[in-house]
Amino acid sequence: MIELNKENFAEETAQGVVLVDFWGESCERCKELMPDVEALAEQYGQEIKFCKLNIQGNRRLAMAQKVMGLPSIVFYQNGEKVEHLSGEELEPAQIEDVIKNYVA
Amino acid sequence: MSSSSEVARGAVCGDLCSQGRMKTLLIEEKRKMGGQCATTSELENYPGIIEDTGPGLMERFRSHAEKFGVEFERGRVAGIEVGDDGFHKEIRLADERTLRTKSIIIATGAAPRILGIPGEKEFRGQGVSYCATCDADFYEELDVVVVGSGNTAVEESVFLTKVVNKVTMIVVHDEGKLDADRVAQEQAFANDKIEFVWNSTVDAIEGDGLVNGVRLRNIKTGETQQLATDGVFMFVGTVPQTGFAKDLIELNGAGYIKTDDKQQTNIPGIFAVGDVTDKFLRQVVTAAGDGAVAAVAANGYVEQEEYWQQQVLKSQTPVLAVFWSPLEGDSVQLIQSLEEMTIAYPDHRIVTVDTYKNQMLADRYEVQEIPAVLRFEQGQEQLRLVQPGAVELNQLFQGSKS
Repeated sequence: MIELNKENFAEETAQGVVLVDFWGESCERCKELMPDVEALAEQYGQEIKFCKLNIQGNRRLAMAQKVMGLPSIVFYQNGEKVEHLSGEELEPAQIEDVIKNYVA
Repeated sequence: MSSSSEVARGAVCGDLCSQGRMKTLLIEEKRKMGGQCATTSELENYPGIIEDTGPGLMERFRSHAEKFGVEFERGRVAGIEVGDDGFHKEIRLADERTLRTKSIIIATGAAPRILGIPGEKEFRGQGVSYCATCDADFYEELDVVVVGSGNTAVEESVFLTKVVNKVTMIVVHDEGKLDADRVAQEQAFANDKIEFVWNSTVDAIEGDGLVNGVRLRNIKTGETQQLATDGVFMFVGTVPQTGFAKDLIELNGAGYIKTDDKQQTNIPGIFAVGDVTDKFLRQVVTAAGDGAVAAVAANGYVEQEEYWQQQVLKSQTPVLAVFWSPLEGDSVQLIQSLEEMTIAYPDHRIVTVDTYKNQMLADRYEVQEIPAVLRFEQGQEQLRLVQPGAVELNQLFQGSKS
């Protein structure tokens, strides 16, 4: 998974379908979810791009993307935000469902 | 945060079950165990642990359980059923697997309540939050609203003031009244970054991409007002997680599982502990206490039940089950008489049930007065004598057919 920050964010999300996993050190659920997202990246990495963004140091960037809660999994299509999944009870299966919509 | 609605989901009972030599499996939905406690940043109300994080304490619980041989399995329970024999139970997992067991301890905890007001779902992750630890960083120098007034609402508000510009608590009660306990209330009132709107509820959460305000309603006057805010933290209580069990297990009016003083539910051999149960105080320490009780009770249940199945229900020869109590002189005498009689009837076996220790069997067979003797053949009760006289005892050796 590609590590995003304010330098490369616009460039990496500009083309195709991109999944961004917004996470933070103090978000336990984020850290728990990460291995599942990495597993999804293994499985679907050929078709869509998987990225992660640590909000520490990138808070303003996250807020500019209208992300103000963790965990947040945001999908971009050609640079446009198209889907935003969020919440403590977010499950890997929900993420995979959205991925399937875009790889079909 | 130091407390109230945090529970050690599961971990607590594993230890004792394994110490009692039972084979124990702990089923956890998440990769990391610990439930609500695992999302709590500061924990300072667990005895002996002066300060730790929620995940830190849960990690210790896990290691402790591992040391005693508890096995772990990741999965979500979709349903539980009791077998025809009343003893074996089946656990159905969401991925279609089925597990068979003799006793179950439910420790599924509770999850934050979702009010379902307009904007709540839409702005999830965009200004609506249920976890201060997760999201506080976003609100540095910004204004937030906290909905609720219980211990969790107050503790999370105090935590947020370390980062945010201002917290406004929306409280449904009259001025000066919070649901939180006295210590928490004093903390809230003493904090000059916390303001209050009394007698009010949130009608809607509004915004454009991100939250920019809430619409409040005064429940006394009916008046509504807009309040500008950058975020809304919802702490309006929790909902017990009982979806998989609600057809089988008796719940109270609010949906919490009813248990007796052994943490047993209405179904023998199924126990419940922690936040999911109907109880006075929901903390990690009370959940752990419940776990200890349930573990010992479950151990006792399995041992007693196995003994009964083996000695009585599966016996090839007739069994005379004597329900007695060591405190009753008559019942001691009765056992002696029966034992003397079995010399003449060597195919008959006597099994004693101490009703003081094993109320469960007495309840199942509706034995209200002791001593009582029940004659079983092929697992079926054939005859019952309550407080029998010496002459009646002969009947027991001829069964009901004579």
